[in-house]
Amino acid sequence: MEFRTVIGLEVHTQVLTETKMFCGCSAAASDVPNTHVCAVCLGMPGVLPTVNRAAVEKTVMTGLALDCTIPRFNRFDRKNYMYPDQMKGYQISQYELPMAVSGFLDVEVEGETTRVGITRVHLEEDTARLVHRSGPDGDYSLVDVNRSGVPLMEIVSDPDITSPQQARLYLVALRRILRYIGASSGNMEEGALRCDANISQRSEDGLIVGPKVEIKNMNSFRSVERALDYEIERQRAALRNGETLVQETRGWVETQGITVSQRTKEFADDYRYLPEPDLPPVEFDEAWIGMISTSMAELPVARRDRFVADFGLSFHDADVLTDDVIVADYYEQAIASSGGHYREVATWVSGELFALARNRGGFEYVTVTPEHLSEIVTMVASGEINALTGKSVLLDTAESGTAPRQIVMDQGLTQVSDASIVDDVVREIVAANPKAVEDYRSGKQAVVGFLIGQAMKQMRGRGNPDVVRQALLRTLDNT
Amino acid sequence: MIKVLTALGLVDARRLLDNREISAAELTDAHLNWIDEIDEQVKAFITPMHEQARGMAADADRAIAAGEASPMTGIPVALKDIFCTVDAPTSAASEILKGYRSPMDATVVERLRAARAVFVGKTNTDEFAMGSSTENSAFFTTHNPWDLERVPGGSSGGSSAAVAANEAMVSLGSDTGGSIRQPAGFCGVVGMKPTYGRVSRFGLIAFASSLDQIGPFSRCVEDSAMTLQAIAGHDRRDATSAPVEVPDYLEELRAGVKGLRVGIAEEFSSVEGMEPGVKEACEAAYAMFSELGAELVPVQLPNAKYALPTYYITAPAEASANLARFDGVKYGLNIESDTLLDTYLRTRGEGFGPEVKRRIMLGTYALASGYYDAYYVKAQKVRTLIKRDFDRAFEGVDVILAPTSPTVAFKIGARVDDPLQMYLSDIFTIPANMAGLPGISIPCGFSEGLPVSLQIMGPAFGESVIFRAAHAYEQATTWHKERPALLRERADTTV
Repeated sequence: MEFRTVIGLEVHTQVLTETKMFCGCSAAASDVPNTHVCAVCLGMPGVLPTVNRAAVEKTVMTGLALDCTIPRFNRFDRKNYMYPDQMKGYQISQYELPMAVSGFLDVEVEGETTRVGITRVHLEEDTARLVHRSGPDGDYSLVDVNRSGVPLMEIVSDPDITSPQQARLYLVALRRILRYIGASSGNMEEGALRCDANISQRSEDGLIVGPKVEIKNMNSFRSVERALDYEIERQRAALRNGETLVQETRGWVETQGITVSQRTKEFADDYRYLPEPDLPPVEFDEAWIGMISTSMAELPVARRDRFVADFGLSFHDADVLTDDVIVADYYEQAIASSGGHYREVATWVSGELFALARNRGGFEYVTVTPEHLSEIVTMVASGEINALTGKSVLLDTAESGTAPRQIVMDQGLTQVSDASIVDDVVREIVAANPKAVEDYRSGKQAVVGFLIGQAMKQMRGRGNPDVVRQALLRTLDNT
Repeated sequence: MIKVLTALGLVDARRLLDNREISAAELTDAHLNWIDEIDEQVKAFITPMHEQARGMAADADRAIAAGEASPMTGIPVALKDIFCTVDAPTSAASEILKGYRSPMDATVVERLRAARAVFVGKTNTDEFAMGSSTENSAFFTTHNPWDLERVPGGSSGGSSAAVAANEAMVSLGSDTGGSIRQPAGFCGVVGMKPTYGRVSRFGLIAFASSLDQIGPFSRCVEDSAMTLQAIAGHDRRDATSAPVEVPDYLEELRAGVKGLRVGIAEEFSSVEGMEPGVKEACEAAYAMFSELGAELVPVQLPNAKYALPTYYITAPAEASANLARFDGVKYGLNIESDTLLDTYLRTRGEGFGPEVKRRIMLGTYALASGYYDAYYVKAQKVRTLIKRDFDRAFEGVDVILAPTSPTVAFKIGARVDDPLQMYLSDIFTIPANMAGLPGISIPCGFSEGLPVSLQIMGPAFGESVIFRAAHAYEQATTWHKERPALLRERADTTV
């Protein structure tokens, strides 16, 4: 029997705001536990929540970026469950009337565009963080309330995803959008973005043949893909062997590469949702939604297409440059003063700057300003310096912050294209390397590169490579 | 005129304080001394605040001396022990919060503090405001100053008894289904429940968030208006507090009722168990309005009869969530056990009283999967219908009259074993809560030697017209001047 896999993803992401969802405490992470807390996010008796406007705006913006409908009315609800990470015994969330519904996200899988439906986007509050410890008197848990009340957005996909690879690419595309519009840092390792997956098997003709299994504890996009790969095989093997699969929650164990059962859903959770009486229903007017829509940053796909159309970049280059909003912004700032050298700047960004970023641990740590990069690219393009010099100037600028032109002037790095100077150098090199000249004459073209290198070395790298090559060939052929 | 300091109303006290004929310290001491003398019998206070009150009185005297007095400066106020205060414990009359210290003041407390009122103590209530007699207090029952063998009503029975027994000039209570008006009625004082959203709920330990509203107790209507004036108005810490301007409640207080259209609803004329003495007194009060020049207009509130059952779905449902935070982990009672679940079960099992548990169970049931639509959702639909009835009625009338409660104060212990009978004492007050409307209870007679009270309800944010109607009736009658016998033999400082 052949199977089809059905996957739906639930993404929780902390919304990037200054303050918490329902109080004025800082929403920033802190290494010192229980410092970003107040009576409200501690759930003390008598406190009341007030809604963070910025969180609402960013959630609506996310909905718009995912082509969702923004219903006119939405409402907060109480999701009741008692646990020590829950300060009030309930979480303020959205159940019946979320902020955004019925959208989609186009995901490119091996060159093909696939569309994944977005069921809903809603806003809620994060829980406190529990730290489990063992001591001489037994196990215990510590509660860090800093995270309690941080705005949390839940993005639920339709069960449209058919492969683990598509699931990963969906997450990549989603995170890219969230980062573009400034809704989320998208940082999965720090827990700012979390993903649960629902996965089940159907027969070829679409009949459900296996129950829905929820997978948790996946800490990277790669582990989402691996966990789903594993789970597909586990489910299919069970079905082929005639075993009964149960509806359950399973946890991904990264170190072993397996999922293990956490709890079965014999008893459905009953969260006893009720409309949050402390917060009146929210009503959006069209004009406000229009304002959010207008203020939204250009989305990745649109930006990539524009880079191709306006700057003559290849699809691949444009894709690479628009993957991260910081890079795309950097690129656009750099080309502004580059005198139209769009493709050259693209090559420098994706080559030299990415290398620099890798060394420094991230693009945000690259200290070369877009204007300085543009200066280097312009000098190289005009022949003022050669590419090799450009690269060393870039590193110098990255270290010292000195303007590239200043470095070139101070160190006399201007490219030497004057044929008479080059000819003198070449003659010296030829004279000093009779063996190489002999090899060349006997047909070994490879020695040309060696001789060019010697000449360039003599000229401290400043020689114009074309002029040097021509002078060398001329000298060799005429000697 | 010779007057006992503890018998003063706000207007007289204000004049005497501002003219420096008395000091806030003297006024406060008179009340504190009287509390020391009488509260053994009345038991209105969970936590008297002698020391704090004397400090606040000194501040008030300095403010008066500096010419910075506001209407509430130096006025002795009692607070229901369900409002958070930084300088006294806040227990909600529950074992689970016994000795709990709040890190903040409720907004109403903050406003009165800023006005330099003097807090004489925190008053008894049914646990978490759940009850109609204060018998559900985890600590003790408050006694009705008119008859110490009877209940003062509830849940804000401590606040109503304190004002009735002259232990405070005014006090604050909270009203979820009648918890200000019903005890005011039983104790023969004035109790005002404002429109939902008129007064900030921040710092009020929540019972049923969509119904709770804070309001004043006083011995006359003018004092009620002045006290509400001091606490009303939008608060950005309470998203349900209304950004509606607060009018000057004294402005039309004396405008009289001539030409006022006064609604009488048949639905409020009689219910099972209504005492004839109450019915008579209320009907006489309606007639008095007619005599004073108001026009009596019959109104229909066909869905009002569903208010009580609807309330007992809605309020417990919200309460079941509101009380979930009391888990023994963060504050209050903690009975640590081997497992987390046992800690929860034992802390809550021993920390909550039977009525609170009953309501948590009712509410949990009403919200449970499979029952939610049949109970909670249906109750909200009925609530909308009740609200519509009132909206329609107020298109034709300015206020609606009703009894406050179908009976006078009952004997302590008489209804404790019969929750349904207890719930019925709020049958006339609950409709205003379900509709979010303001209502006042004022004395309108006596039956069996106990106060009978009239309820006046108004449209949303119509507190002014309620005060106006109540004041006109009060000025035309002498019921509010009757004082409990308990007070007659006393002799504190007089002026």
